[in-house]
Amino acid sequence: MQKPCDFEERRKHLAGLSDDELKQRFWELARNIVRPLYDLAHTHTSPSIERSVLLRMGFSSLEAQSIVSSAEKRGLLGKGAGNIVLTFAKARGIHYLQAGKELVSGNGWDEVAGLFGGELNS
Amino acid sequence: MKQDRTCTGGGYKLRPDEKLDVRRILEDLENYTPRRKGWTWRKKQPGQQAGPFRYSETSEPLKQSIPLPAAKYFQNIDPQADCVITSEIASGRFEDDLRRMRMAAWHGADHIMVIRTTGQSHIDGLLEGTPEGVGGIPITRKQLRATRKALDLIEEEVGRPINFHSYVSGVAGPEISVLFAEEGVNGAHQDPQYNVLYRNVNMERSFVDAAVAKKIMASCGMLQIDGAHNANATARESWKVMPELLVQHAINTAFSEMVGIDKENIALSSVPPTAPPGPALSYDLPYAVCLRWLFSDYKIRAQQNTRHIESDTREATVTHVLNLLVSRLTHADVQSTITPDEGRNLPWHYNNVAAVETAKQALLGMDGLKDMLEIKKDGPIPAKVRELAERAVLFLEEIKDEGYFNAVAKGFFVDSGQYPERNGDGIVRDPNGGIAAGSIVKRDEDYLAPVCEHFGYNNLPGDISRPCDLIGGCTFCNRDKIVYIDELDPEDNVEKRLEATAQQYGPDSIRPEVEWAQDGIVVLTIFIPDSEAIAESASLEIAAKMGLEQPEIIHKRVIHPSEGTLVELKGIVPFSLKRSELKTPEKPEVLSEDEIRRAISEHPMKVVCGTVGEDEHSVGMREIIDIKHGGIEGFGIKAVYLGTSVPVEKMIDAAIEEDADAILISTIISHADIHRKNMEKLSRLCVEKGVRDRFILVGGGTQVTNDLAVEAGLDAGFGRGTKGIQVASFLVEKRKALWAEGKGRKRVLDEN
Repeated sequence: MQKPCDFEERRKHLAGLSDDELKQRFWELARNIVRPLYDLAHTHTSPSIERSVLLRMGFSSLEAQSIVSSAEKRGLLGKGAGNIVLTFAKARGIHYLQAGKELVSGNGWDEVAGLFGGELNS
Repeated sequence: MKQDRTCTGGGYKLRPDEKLDVRRILEDLENYTPRRKGWTWRKKQPGQQAGPFRYSETSEPLKQSIPLPAAKYFQNIDPQADCVITSEIASGRFEDDLRRMRMAAWHGADHIMVIRTTGQSHIDGLLEGTPEGVGGIPITRKQLRATRKALDLIEEEVGRPINFHSYVSGVAGPEISVLFAEEGVNGAHQDPQYNVLYRNVNMERSFVDAAVAKKIMASCGMLQIDGAHNANATARESWKVMPELLVQHAINTAFSEMVGIDKENIALSSVPPTAPPGPALSYDLPYAVCLRWLFSDYKIRAQQNTRHIESDTREATVTHVLNLLVSRLTHADVQSTITPDEGRNLPWHYNNVAAVETAKQALLGMDGLKDMLEIKKDGPIPAKVRELAERAVLFLEEIKDEGYFNAVAKGFFVDSGQYPERNGDGIVRDPNGGIAAGSIVKRDEDYLAPVCEHFGYNNLPGDISRPCDLIGGCTFCNRDKIVYIDELDPEDNVEKRLEATAQQYGPDSIRPEVEWAQDGIVVLTIFIPDSEAIAESASLEIAAKMGLEQPEIIHKRVIHPSEGTLVELKGIVPFSLKRSELKTPEKPEVLSEDEIRRAISEHPMKVVCGTVGEDEHSVGMREIIDIKHGGIEGFGIKAVYLGTSVPVEKMIDAAIEEDADAILISTIISHADIHRKNMEKLSRLCVEKGVRDRFILVGGGTQVTNDLAVEAGLDAGFGRGTKGIQVASFLVEKRKALWAEGKGRKRVLDEN
């Protein structure tokens, strides 16, 4: 996209603003621009975000990688990886760290799918 | 050099006379807890007195440090500027970086920025262990923890907190952010625009990840630095991207604040956009003023210009000093430094220090500048500031109409035209493309993350006080839950590298070093009186004949098309020395300036001096005598200078006539052993005239050594590089010794 400089023409509506008003306008625009990005972030998650949750729960990076990748494959990421581990642990009546290790070994995923059945967001 | 007691930490002590022991750092690392979290500013002390001077813009001094070279003229003071000073460290081996961090800290760096290995931003997940990197290190828990532990020891050694910093970018931002929070990293670059524009990471993913990463950074008071300066480094005509830089800063700042980072922990990475031969300040200064006005609530991290650095370290240093002038004329909270060799190679140890010293020197030299100068209100700057701000506002208006993602898709950013002009060469990214495209997922209504400091929608039950109550505590609340992985690769790790170096060279080995332990690299500076092409070939041939391995030209500068070319060349020495076999000469002990002055003021001293034989050189002797060169006159010693080509006999006659205490002769030209013969002659004639005991006899010259002079019958000899204080100190000590033997004479004050 090539455009000539039309600064003098375009600035006309700013010419009457005081410096303070110009600065205020600068920040209003910036905040308006990022608002939709903030909303997107607020309502979405990602594999890295879910791994960061598992890390904070006390899983290793390798375990986090494994659990999130399995959850992603099954379309369960929207539940939250920590939620999956915790729900599975409760269903099995075991500690959540133990539950996570089960999931890392590939066990229990069908059960997990069942626990979140009907609510999958693919 | 300011030195004091030993420092302790984690059971290991750093001592100034011992190298940092990487093995001790690695010991018991799995149990190491960083001392603190969050960013630390220097403690400003306006009006501070240091030696003979009062400063406006300095901070608390260090406990141990190495001052600037000229400090010896000012009571060895080492004042520290008011802003944090950064050193960017990148060698690829973190164990060698640790030693470099220590060197930088001793010269005044308190912000250590660790560059990541090439490609880490595209790795979807964390790395572990200590693999070697390219152009930086792979950031892992072990490397972070070891580095933090070393920095904890170093900060205790120098007596000032050191901020540790790296990058929360790429496709693993949230995880890296957790790692940083847990391991005591104090600052980080975080800017989703960097991912989008320069790393081609999918834009939705970048912003979604960034919010989580930023919230975690906010939770532990980390300082965030943005990535806008990269537009400077990338755009074809860097001085034209100024309106866009303001826009990029604003987008990341507004987003960060919305997510929850405190204003005081948001720093803008700002680079003066141009460099000489451009009229740099006429662009850089209005831009700096505009930025600081629009972003008055936030911190400024003043980065130095990398865009225009070539292999000439002198040129880079001058550009950086001009950047520092901009910092002082406006203000900077963090003064970053770029090593002057960045245009040649990955930074070398001593160039990290050179960059830190450039910042320290320039900032101190310009202390109080704003107390004396202010920007003219009726000059060109206010109008330029207004214009830049208006251009930025127009840019923001257009982005708002388009939406950010569409604006990127249309190539709005890093275009070489000065907005609103566009040249159509901006970076274009597809909102649905890029690395990790399609990887974000909408959080379901029952989405849950049972951990603290988690950004975004979270369906937590209402009956808990902390989210992590659901799991009995997260790693932020209970550090014991962190899982430490030591190494995953049995070959590519620090232990193997330390072993290999130890086996190859052993603890007794001495080799030159610039980057990695014992790398053996040296630099030759060669002037070849010929054209560039000839100079290049000749330099490589010279290096080969000197036995240097892998010679490589790192800098060339044509001094004249036919008269000559300067070449700097690096190569590897093919040998090691043994430390235990090295003979190190004893350092002469010199009296302090005050002690010498006191001795001379109590008992004045007169000396006769001159260059003997047929020698018209006077420079060496004048250096020793003249007050302006720090010579013996400066201590109150009266010097009778007889000039050049003085016969030895005349020196003695003059000394008798002047009733001098000492005779100082100098011989510069030294063919056919003239210097030795003249010294012998002086001694012999003094004996023959029966005045040997009356005078202290001193010889000097480029070929003279103390042993040679003493052998020739003189009392002392001084060679190349001698300073007046050494000669004055000797004269005072020798006179004292003669008095003790009942020889010499005590002149009193009124007898002169």
